Amino acid sequence: MDPDILQYLYVFVLATFLGLEIIRRVSPLLHTPLMSLTNAISAITVVGSIVIAGEQKTTLSTVLGTIAVTASMINIVGGYLITYRMLRMFKKTERKQP
Amino acid sequence: MNENAIHFIYMAAAACFILALKWLSAVPTARRGVITGIIGMLLAVGGTLLKPEIVHGGFHSYQWILVAFVVGTVIGVPMAMMPMTAVPQRTALSHAFGALAAALVGAAEFYLQTPNLTRFTMTALTLEVLLGFLTFTASLMAFGKLQEILPTRPITYRGQNIVNLSLFVVAAVVAITLIFRPGNTNLFLVMSALALLFGVLLIIPIGGADMPTVISLLNSYAGLSACAMGFVLHNHLLIIAGALDGSSGLILSIIMCKAMNRSFTNVLFGGFGQVQVTAAGHEQKTARSATPEEAAALLESANTVMIVPGYGMAVAQAQHAVRELYDVLTKKGVDVKFAIHPVAGRMPGHMNVLLAEADIPYDRLLEMEDANRELPQTDVALVIGANDVTNPAARTNKASPIYGMPILDVDKARTVMVIKRSLNPGFAGIDNELYYMDKTLMLFGDAKSFTNQLVKQLSGNSGFH
Repeated sequence: MDPDILQYLYVFVLATFLGLEIIRRVSPLLHTPLMSLTNAISAITVVGSIVIAGEQKTTLSTVLGTIAVTASMINIVGGYLITYRMLRMFKKTERKQP
Repeated sequence: MNENAIHFIYMAAAACFILALKWLSAVPTARRGVITGIIGMLLAVGGTLLKPEIVHGGFHSYQWILVAFVVGTVIGVPMAMMPMTAVPQRTALSHAFGALAAALVGAAEFYLQTPNLTRFTMTALTLEVLLGFLTFTASLMAFGKLQEILPTRPITYRGQNIVNLSLFVVAAVVAITLIFRPGNTNLFLVMSALALLFGVLLIIPIGGADMPTVISLLNSYAGLSACAMGFVLHNHLLIIAGALDGSSGLILSIIMCKAMNRSFTNVLFGGFGQVQVTAAGHEQKTARSATPEEAAALLESANTVMIVPGYGMAVAQAQHAVRELYDVLTKKGVDVKFAIHPVAGRMPGHMNVLLAEADIPYDRLLEMEDANRELPQTDVALVIGANDVTNPAARTNKASPIYGMPILDVDKARTVMVIKRSLNPGFAGIDNELYYMDKTLMLFGDAKSFTNQLVKQLSGNSGFH
């Protein structure tokens, strides 16, 4: 098998295990922010979209790429912003001075 | 910028994403996590914009990218400003956008490279496009159901599973054929159409109560399609970020399934939440009800109160009234806590963000295990808009469809109060014996207005006005 392919598969397997270990530790309190943050992170599809929209090899690819950049950008901006907004809402009980 | 430098930038971005999720694990470090995630994304986007193949084209290369950035931001900002009650549908919509991006890039790559695609690339590409398109329509359907544009009850018909399954098999066969004939553009169109259709059919039989699992699963699919894109484009950053998202969605779906004592296949093919025709006729059972005055007096004399919120609280927009109740009781020296069931609401953690938005301190929100430890010593358990997650039948009645589901043991508290419009069974159509217990008082009314009346009683009885 092509050594490159094996390398990608290794990265995938290791990243998945790392992800499972990290996510397991996230408090259920924060499961909604977790989902909006991973949503923003998975908008990393922007990387592939930018190349296609930038290279403009064919009209079809340019159109598809531009739509993909737009969709990714919606998730980047919206995802990080709403996660931050949510986390600002989480406050501890104020300890009142006796 | 040269390719090597960009590799290092991508590597730094991957590290940022991992740290971001690690720091999100607890509230004190969570905001740092988001900032780190933003830095990671800026690195990834910045590095990509400086790739030689794009810089080479000058402004011409950037024109559409800039347009897309502006449009994306204009749509993205209002989507981030939605109230917390709308977060489940917002999340479904963003899964749709994420999956669409992956599928479209896959399609663009296919048309650019066909028929010169290796089998490995083609395998990754079909996975990317299949997962991307099916997640796109499935998420849109989930959005429609959550927004109540579409009926939220599961729609089932005879032979539904057979139709879905055979569609899936046909799509898989087309995909495999395509891997061996990467020049066949017609097959590619057929596969895309089947994936889009499959996404729609997958969500039709799913009811509102199953949305937490389904949204988590779609989260996972969107991540995996980004991951497959990484294999197509030979990009490690995409593989890592996609795998992180994929595993996150997977863990959340497993947690949701466990919290409902159901399997994946059961959620996807079970059609839970249909109106269950129970053979047992309506026996005459009596429930005791109480007025706001009586309920307020009981709450006031209690030492400990456990509030159990459910989706009904979100529907009635009662969270701010609940906060006032929390305030007035706390001021009177009552120890008020909240018991949160993992599947309360329409997505994982939904109740927590709703209550946090209403300014209820997060250290008052208890997970199910902790709440169940405290409930037997609790004076009053006040159920607002939750039903099935409090049904003792899950522990005792083997014939019940929810038997075995972990529940909040509110029936163990000294007194139970349930704010509910009527005695009608809840979403799953299962009668709740909690309502007929001797220690239970039914508070009939709308969650918001009844809570407001309680607050009025509690704050108004300090003297004669």
